Amino acid sequence: MNIINILDEIEKVDGEIYERINPRRAAMKQFYNLGSKMAVAAVPLALGSMFKKAYGQTSSSVIEVLNFALTLEYLEYFFYQQGSAAPGLIPAGTPAVAAINTIRDHELAHVNLLRTAITSSGGTPVTFTAANFDYTAKGTFPTVFTNYPIFLAVAQAFEDTGVRAYKGQAPALMGSPSVLQTALQIHSVEARHASHIRQMRKAPAGGGVTALKPWITGANDSGVPQVDAVYKGEDNVVQAGVNIPSLGVSTAAATESFDEFLVKADVLAIASLFIR
Amino acid sequence: MKNFQQEDQDLLHKESGILTAPLQRRSFLQFAGAGAAGIALMAAGCKKDDGSEGLRLSGAVDLGSGDVGILNYAYALEQLEAAFYDAVVKTPYSGISATELALLTDIRDHELAHREFFKKALAGNAIVGLEVNFSAINFTQRASVLATAKAFEDLGVSAYNGAGKLIKSADYLVLAGKIVSVEARHAALIRDLIENGTFANSEVVDANGLDKARTPSEVLTIAAPFIKTKINAGNLPS
Repeated sequence: MNIINILDEIEKVDGEIYERINPRRAAMKQFYNLGSKMAVAAVPLALGSMFKKAYGQTSSSVIEVLNFALTLEYLEYFFYQQGSAAPGLIPAGTPAVAAINTIRDHELAHVNLLRTAITSSGGTPVTFTAANFDYTAKGTFPTVFTNYPIFLAVAQAFEDTGVRAYKGQAPALMGSPSVLQTALQIHSVEARHASHIRQMRKAPAGGGVTALKPWITGANDSGVPQVDAVYKGEDNVVQAGVNIPSLGVSTAAATESFDEFLVKADVLAIASLFIR
Repeated sequence: MKNFQQEDQDLLHKESGILTAPLQRRSFLQFAGAGAAGIALMAAGCKKDDGSEGLRLSGAVDLGSGDVGILNYAYALEQLEAAFYDAVVKTPYSGISATELALLTDIRDHELAHREFFKKALAGNAIVGLEVNFSAINFTQRASVLATAKAFEDLGVSAYNGAGKLIKSADYLVLAGKIVSVEARHAALIRDLIENGTFANSEVVDANGLDKARTPSEVLTIAAPFIKTKINAGNLPS
């Protein structure tokens, strides 16, 4: 019986176990001291109390992340819901109708999934209605539901932001492997959406932004300077200390091949532009 | 716990560490009998003592264990993708448009960046270059190339989605995240090239709006026909 092996094993499913325990060095120290003094039979109890202390705040921090994600999913869902309902916005009789409906349905599924996850974890999901959002971003995009290219430009900003937001929260979910996996499974769906929206914007009807690619080139490649914040840092070419262009690819390819994350505060700053 | 007695002996020797009180066989058993959770923890505590965990394949490339193993696993998949797109770009299918060639060249460059990144990051821990088997792919035919690209990209997305929870380092988790969304962008594009609007259809996204996630063994089984080199993934975390 080796406590280090146990912690190692836990670390396999809970990458943050040491981090979790570290801020509570006192608890850990106390445990070790106990271990050296007390009868072995009492160890399970001590383990239990140590883990309870270590995990004490986990569910609330995970719920916080899930509510943050839920906020973004609401932002996206009501955007596509209103867009798909706006008369004459999405060109009728084109594949765009089905594409926007598919994305809308995914965002609604994410809303419902996150609400269920939060409730079943003992948390209270945040709730938004369409009235909570201002998709003109306080007048920046006044024609967002009447001008199809503008609608798609805002959609691209939302999808690329969503990808960055989920990526940034992944480490905070390491203590809950199944939640982490679910978040990753949403994350890649948002990236699929982003890829398709970018293709839609390249088409003549979508604005004819022919320079756009399904992946992010450099920093803000959207052609919309008002969304610079969405692409902050996307022009990074150094990953884990490795200079990617030095590996034999162009600077453009180096920025495209790695999507960057955004911290919560940066995401909320972007989202708040659209929240009343 | 196949070799219980021997393990027990080993355990007794290792007890001198944190738990200084000597643990006799009797109290060990009492302890183990404390409850289901106790037994589970005990099994965990014992696991590394016998050192025989995991499947061994003789003559196979061993991905290794822990984060190194997961990075090597990703490195193996990126090698496969890079080799594929390299062949696609070197001998483009007949009738390829300039637009499609440019997109596939971009993807080739991304996979090359991923492959070389892992090689550099893993340094001395990196597995060797894998030998691929593309005999089933008709590189002159658009349908064959794009169908393979779709399979590889969707597989890659599901692989990273499934591996995330196996990663211990937050930095590596974020790195995997930085790559998987690019793979998802590729997957969506390739799917749209095959049939517009299939970027996230029900083949890959379920009713909850979730993309697929696969375990390393599921992924490597699917990838196996394309990789000649035998891969031992038995030491990967699970």
